[in-house]
Amino acid sequence: MQHAQSPGAGQTARSVSVVLAGSGGAGVMTAGNMLLEAAAHAGYYALMTRSSGPQIRGGEAAAMLRIACEPVECMEDQFHVLAAVDWENVQRFNAEIPLGAGSLILGDPDQGEPPEVFVRSGCTRVALPLKKLAKSVPEGRPNMVLLGTLAALLGLPEDAVARAVEKTLGKRPAALAPSLAAVAAGRAAAADIPVRFPLAPPPARGTPRWLLTGNEAAGYGALKGGVRFVAAYPITPATELLEWMSPALAQVGGTLVQAEDELASINMAIGGSYGGVPSLTATSGPGLSLMVEALGLAVAAEIPIVVVDVMRVGPSTGIPTKSEQGDLNIAVHGLHGDAPHLVLAANSVADCLGTTQWAVQLAESLQTPAIVLSDQFLGQARAVVDRPAAIAAGTGRLTADAGAPGYKRYAVTENGVSPMAIPGTAGLAYTADGLEHAERGTPSSQATDHFAQLDKRRRKLTSWNYGALWADVEGDAAADGAIVTFGSCTAPVREGLARAAADGVAARLISLRLLAPLPAGQLIAALTGVRRVLVIEQNQSAQLYRYLRAECDLPGRVTSLHRPGALQFSPGEIHRHLADWSRA
Amino acid sequence: MSEIVPSSVAPAMRGPNDYKSDVKPVWCPGCGDFGVVNALAKAMAKMALEPQDVAVVSGIGCSSRIPAYMASYGFHGVHGRALAAGTGLKIARPDLTVIVTGGDGDGYSIGGNHFVHACRRNVDMTYIVMDNRVYGMTKGQPSPTTEPDWDSKLSPEGTGLREFQPLVIALTSGANFIARGFTGDPNGLADLIERAVRHPGFSFVEVLSPCVTFRPEQKEWKKRVLPDAFKPTADLTRAARRMLRDTGFDLGVLYAGERPPYAPRGPRARRAPSDLEARFAL
Repeated sequence: MQHAQSPGAGQTARSVSVVLAGSGGAGVMTAGNMLLEAAAHAGYYALMTRSSGPQIRGGEAAAMLRIACEPVECMEDQFHVLAAVDWENVQRFNAEIPLGAGSLILGDPDQGEPPEVFVRSGCTRVALPLKKLAKSVPEGRPNMVLLGTLAALLGLPEDAVARAVEKTLGKRPAALAPSLAAVAAGRAAAADIPVRFPLAPPPARGTPRWLLTGNEAAGYGALKGGVRFVAAYPITPATELLEWMSPALAQVGGTLVQAEDELASINMAIGGSYGGVPSLTATSGPGLSLMVEALGLAVAAEIPIVVVDVMRVGPSTGIPTKSEQGDLNIAVHGLHGDAPHLVLAANSVADCLGTTQWAVQLAESLQTPAIVLSDQFLGQARAVVDRPAAIAAGTGRLTADAGAPGYKRYAVTENGVSPMAIPGTAGLAYTADGLEHAERGTPSSQATDHFAQLDKRRRKLTSWNYGALWADVEGDAAADGAIVTFGSCTAPVREGLARAAADGVAARLISLRLLAPLPAGQLIAALTGVRRVLVIEQNQSAQLYRYLRAECDLPGRVTSLHRPGALQFSPGEIHRHLADWSRA
Repeated sequence: MSEIVPSSVAPAMRGPNDYKSDVKPVWCPGCGDFGVVNALAKAMAKMALEPQDVAVVSGIGCSSRIPAYMASYGFHGVHGRALAAGTGLKIARPDLTVIVTGGDGDGYSIGGNHFVHACRRNVDMTYIVMDNRVYGMTKGQPSPTTEPDWDSKLSPEGTGLREFQPLVIALTSGANFIARGFTGDPNGLADLIERAVRHPGFSFVEVLSPCVTFRPEQKEWKKRVLPDAFKPTADLTRAARRMLRDTGFDLGVLYAGERPPYAPRGPRARRAPSDLEARFAL
């Protein structure tokens, strides 16, 4: 394990992790967001996740940040600094805030002692009279003092912090001067703190950088893919995706409608797409469960549609605010009958953009539903990322021209895709049907029609050339071991593997973006020469491992590392497992 | 985004038969639903609608087979969700005339929630429910509008439940046009459908459509209906009071309201998606 420790005198760190915690209304989220933006302005990469108590509003909250010289997509094993405005119920976040002997706890002595669970780590404790310092400034607030102190401990320049504060408070000029004064007071107070965690100089700026959440990235990817109609029903943790899309769609000539439930939202989206407008809805596990019947309709009636499933801990209501990769089974196998469709997975905050865009393109080209698996971690994490690379434009929906003689909506074609008549097109009226049908679209209970239509619906997916986007393949191509993973596990696996590589453990890393239809040929080719395969995922029942074993003949010794959600894998956890794996 | 090809066919004088497809209905001889196909075709011909600019949307059940029997575009979806599909279609494609169709089980039982919210939302479309007070496709089970003492295999000696009141629900939920018709009067029904389609907002037409197979006693409905019993009003209170003395067989337009139809709200523009990137740039 890599322990959190302050670098020695004159030394710097390439990655520093801090937590700002406190009770509701203390403003730790505001201060955390400002610290994230300050790091971005200073030229660093950064990642922020948030955790809050079960209360709807108020209640304890923690902003967890990692600021680094390299792109970061997961948290470190331990935090360097735990800073609290107050300690009310902050011990509830114990499991999410691992500390080490080298960590620092900063707290206001007037707010009592830090909880024992944190102190146990043996870390350094420093008293910081946040409230008193805040009172030294007219209208000053403790969270702004803390922001100043943390920025100083990390060596973030004053102007970057000021820019972040100004951006947030730009609409409230009265609050700006007191906030900047409080930040300055906090910065001055840092001089008395014996431990520091200065960051190494920021990397050179190459690609322009963006600051966004995975949910926002997915929403923007949907628009880039052509989505202009969204039907929405709120559900944690997908709501922000829909809330981002509502005004954004209005700006690009699209529409969002709020539905009465998920049964309505998916059917509204299918209705919109039947009308020729690329359509989408977003949800989480409970909503996806309600949508599977309609997804089968979209398969049978060959109507493109995209569902973004921002996975949370299940089953049932589960833990709505925490992440898990437990929906792979329902996404791949949830539909009744033989219902081939697309399942894709985004593997980083930034990749939520490209993967959702690709999902829209594929759904449109193949006239079938696509489920995009994101998760609470990716969706709600806010990150500084390199501007995502553009993906190639899609081929669009194959439509039928007016007056085509003898038009057959479900014509059995070589590649399985049949031209779709869009309502309003003269002479091509047909009925889109979930009933099995003949080529014309008329209902049929004939086995021959069923075989022909089943076959064409599968063929269009299996004969498509998905290109290089099917997975991100990295690591040591000469290694005789390979790790296969997906989604938000990718970042801790990548980092754990990099650490293991320093110990001499080499492996290829395959992060699957296309899960269904499983690109078995490409996967097997990427595993050529491999003697050991390790499948890593975040669920109890090893859903990906079982799926891969069922779909293809993986080479060599195949093992699984899986555990349920709520807590993300840490790079150290992966590192330790890889050490055992390489010896086995 | 796919190109929407506008109709280039000049309006022609079409008769009702030009609005029917060549697909043979699966319905039993004497089914009331034939009358709805005829009335719908008549209304479309009267309004001189272009068949390609009309979409008939349905869920599951005997009456939900109707889209395939029309010459317009059709959508035959899953059970109970016709209103949701029709809503999405109309909001995404406001240029189309959207007519949602179905039965009492589809609309009032499995789809009951969507019925209430479609009335509230007031999207400019028409909903025609062919009410025969029975599940016909599954061969005779009680629906929400079935009489409480109607005996069946699934619910011997009746459900004991009070009947669902579609017109009252529609009125209290905000439907902008509410009428009741009867398949035994195709001309009167065609007229109601035409008025419903022309009326802005969500129009609801409850159609008494006998099931001669599982409810043969409904053949007597022709003796019980009261044509033009409702007088149209835009006054909600008057319409509500009128429903207190509804026999269930009163026909005509109960309510024609003036609420503006659903429209997207807030500022709107037609910018390129890439214009939104500035939101993320540092």
